[in-house]
Amino acid sequence: MNSVYAVSAAPHIKQKISVNSVMWQVVLALVPALLVGIFFFGIQSLLLTLYSIVAAVATEGIIQKMRKIPITVSDGSAVVTGVLVAFNINVAAPWWLPVIGSVFAIAIGKQIFGGLGFNIFNPALLGRAFLVASWPTLMTAGWTKTQPLWNTFQSSINGLQNISSKVPDAITAATPLGVAKALRDTTLVSSEIANSVMNDLTSSKTIFELFLGNIGGVIGEVSAAALLLGAAYLAWKHIIEWRIPVSFIGTVAVLTFTFGGINGIFSASIMLPIFHIFSGGLILGAFFMATDMVTSPVTKKGRIYFGIGCGVITVVIRLVGGYPEGVSYSILLMNIIVPLLDKYTVPKSFGEVKK
Amino acid sequence: MSLKSFHGGIHPPDFKQYSKDASIEVMSPPAKVVIPLSQHIGAPAKPIVKIGDEVLVGQKIAEAGGFVSISMHASISGKITKIGKFNHPAGMMSNAIEITGDGEDKWIELVDEKDYTQLSVDEIKKRIADAGVCGMGGAGFPTHVKLSPPAEKPIDTVILNGVECEPYLTADYRVMLENSAEILAGLKIFMKTVSAKNGVIGIEANKPDAIKIFKQLVKNEANISVVNLKLKYPQGAEKQLIYAATKRKVPNKGGLPMDVKVVVQNVGTAIAVYEAVRYKKPLVERVITVSGKIVKSPKNLKARVGTFYSELLEKCDGTTAEIGKVISGGPMMGFAVSSLEIPMAKTSSGVLLFDEKEAHNDAESVCLRCGRCVDVCPLDLVPSLIVHNVRYEDWETAEKYGTMDCMKCGSCVYVCPSHIKLIQWIDIGKMKINELRRK
Repeated sequence: MNSVYAVSAAPHIKQKISVNSVMWQVVLALVPALLVGIFFFGIQSLLLTLYSIVAAVATEGIIQKMRKIPITVSDGSAVVTGVLVAFNINVAAPWWLPVIGSVFAIAIGKQIFGGLGFNIFNPALLGRAFLVASWPTLMTAGWTKTQPLWNTFQSSINGLQNISSKVPDAITAATPLGVAKALRDTTLVSSEIANSVMNDLTSSKTIFELFLGNIGGVIGEVSAAALLLGAAYLAWKHIIEWRIPVSFIGTVAVLTFTFGGINGIFSASIMLPIFHIFSGGLILGAFFMATDMVTSPVTKKGRIYFGIGCGVITVVIRLVGGYPEGVSYSILLMNIIVPLLDKYTVPKSFGEVKK
Repeated sequence: MSLKSFHGGIHPPDFKQYSKDASIEVMSPPAKVVIPLSQHIGAPAKPIVKIGDEVLVGQKIAEAGGFVSISMHASISGKITKIGKFNHPAGMMSNAIEITGDGEDKWIELVDEKDYTQLSVDEIKKRIADAGVCGMGGAGFPTHVKLSPPAEKPIDTVILNGVECEPYLTADYRVMLENSAEILAGLKIFMKTVSAKNGVIGIEANKPDAIKIFKQLVKNEANISVVNLKLKYPQGAEKQLIYAATKRKVPNKGGLPMDVKVVVQNVGTAIAVYEAVRYKKPLVERVITVSGKIVKSPKNLKARVGTFYSELLEKCDGTTAEIGKVISGGPMMGFAVSSLEIPMAKTSSGVLLFDEKEAHNDAESVCLRCGRCVDVCPLDLVPSLIVHNVRYEDWETAEKYGTMDCMKCGSCVYVCPSHIKLIQWIDIGKMKINELRRK
C-alpha cells in the first residue's frame, strides 16, 4: 500500500480535444467546399489543392528540420494553410502557382515568426497576397467558366451568362463584384443600362447561383452553401465562434446597403447586401480566415471590433478602392492590430461594482 | 422557462452514475485516526492533549488557533499516540494528532435540546464554534465566523449550496435525499443566526428527486424557496451560485457574499450545524464519496474524520485495476495525492481513484490563441493573456488582468486544445504577486 501515485495540478479530467483534432476538423469542414469546387471546375481543382497541401506540409517539415525543432506536420495546421491557399487559386492556374503560394505562406507567413501560435498574419492570406502581387493575371478568375461535371447543371449557369452578355463593352470586369464596382465608377454607360445590369446582379436568380457556387471564381470560395455547411460544423464543435463572422458580415451588409447603390446613399436594393455577402471571398474569409485562432483577438469584445474592422475595410475596398474585392486585405490589415485589440479589450472580471 | 445559471462554464460528463444510487453506509470507527490540525481556512488549531492521554469520541483535542480557526475533536475513543507531521489530504505534510482506538467507541455526553430553536443567537454561535464546524463543501471556512458578519453588512438571504457540480461526487446528493429534514432545520438555524428573512436551496437540475423532496418540504414555508439550477460547471462556485439564485454580483478583487447581503452554506454544513446546536455534537464524521471507474463498489460512506483513504477503499472492495492516481475531492478542483495513507478531513467530499490511462497528462503545446478559455471563464477573465504575462514574468500586467480573482475552477484547462495547465501558471502568478505585495 506504499506505492506512489501520479500527482498533478487540478483539474484531473479533460475534454477530448487537441491541436491536432482542432486542425483536422477545420480540414474536414473545408471538404464540402472542395467537393463543390471539383464539381464545378473538374478534377484539376483537386490536383491543385493536393499540390498546395504537399508544398505547405513539406515546407513546414523542412524548416522545422533546419531549425532542429520537433516536426509537427501531422498536426494538420500546414494542411489547413495548403487548402486555403489552393482555395484562392483560379482552376486555370499552372500547378506551380499554389505551390509557390503555399511555400511562401508557410515559410514567410508562419515559420519565420516561430511557427504555429506565433505568426502575426494569416499565412494563407499572406501567400495569396504574394501571388496576387506577383502574378496578377493568373490570379484573376473568369466568372462564367464553370464546367459542371454533369450536363444537367449546364442550363442553370445561363443566368449569369446572360448578365455577362449584357455588360457593356466599356466595362472589362471578370467577376460579379467587378461589374458591380465598374457600374459605380464608370460614366461610359447610361444610367438605364447600369440600373438594369445592377438589377440583374441582385436578382434572386443570380443570388441563388452565387449561393450554390455556380459562378466563376477561385476553387474554394465559389459555393457559399458548402462553406456555410463546414462553418456550421465548426461552430457546433466550438472551434469557431459567432462574434467574428457575424460582426464581419453584418458590417458588410449594413455598409453595402447604405452606400452600395449606384444612385447615392440608400439607393441600393435590399438584395444588394445579400449579393455582396455571397460574392467574392466574404463567406470563406469571414468563417475560415478571419476566425483563424492565432491571428484573431482572444477577448470577446476584441473579436467584435476585429469583425467590424474587417467589414469596414472590405466595403471601402469594394466600393471605393482599387480592387473589386477586399476581404483578404481587410483581414491582413486587421491582423496587424490584434495585439492592440486584445490589450484594450480585457474585460472587467465578474462582479466588478461600478462606483 | 430556462433554468437559472451564470455565463461561461463547461459541461463535463458528470460520472455520478457510479455512486449516486448507493445509500449512505455508516462505516464502523477505524482502529486509528489522524486528525489534521489544519482542515480549514485560517490559523491551525492548537493541541490541548499530550501523548498518552485517553480521549472519548467528541472530546476536544485541539482548540481554535485564533478567531478565524476551528477546534478539533477526537473522532474515535482511545489514546493519543503521536502528535507531529502527517500526510494531509491537500497533498502536503502538516501537523496532526494520531489517536489509536480502544475499539469501544465511547462518546462524550450529548444532549437533546428539543426546543433548540429558542436558543439565543450567541448561544447558537457558541455551540457551532464548540463543535468545530467549518464549511464542508471544500474550502472549509469556519462556520461561526461566516455567521458573524459585521453590523454594517446586514444579511437578507441564506443560500444552501446543494449544487455539487463536481463530477463523480454524490455525498451532498445522498444527504439531501436521506437527511432533508435536518438540512432544512440547519437552514433555519442559519437564517435565525444572521437574521436573514429569505432562505434559498440551490440544487442542480441533474438531481430532480432532491429538488422534489425539498419543494415538498418547503411547501408551507413562505420565505424559503428551492432554485432549480442549470446543469453546468462551476454552478456550485459561491459567486456563480449567488448570481444564479439572486442576480446579485459579488464584487471582485476580494469581495465577499456578505457584500451583497448573502451567506452561502453547504448542505452538509447545515446538518453539522443542526447537530451541533441541538445535540452539542462536534463535527467528527461526515459523508464522503468513494468513486471512480476502477472502484469495485463505489459508495457514499459516513466515516469518521481522520479515517485513512486506504480503509475507505477497502470498504468499497478495492479496485479492479492498478491505481494510477488518487484524488482528494472532485476531479476539477481536488488534489492529487501520492498515497492512500491519507486521512480524510472535515472538508473531504470525495476520494477518487483513476487508472493509469485516466491519470495520463498530455504535454503542453503552444497556445493557439483560440480563446476557448475566454469563452468558458465564469469570472470573465482572459486566462490565456494572464498565462502569457506570467510566462514572461510581467507580474504587474498579470495582476491587472485579474490573476488574483481566479478561483481556480479549472474550466479553462478542461477546454484547452493545447493542454496548457493554465491554473498552474495562474497559481505561480498568484504566489509571485502575493510575494510582491508583501514587500
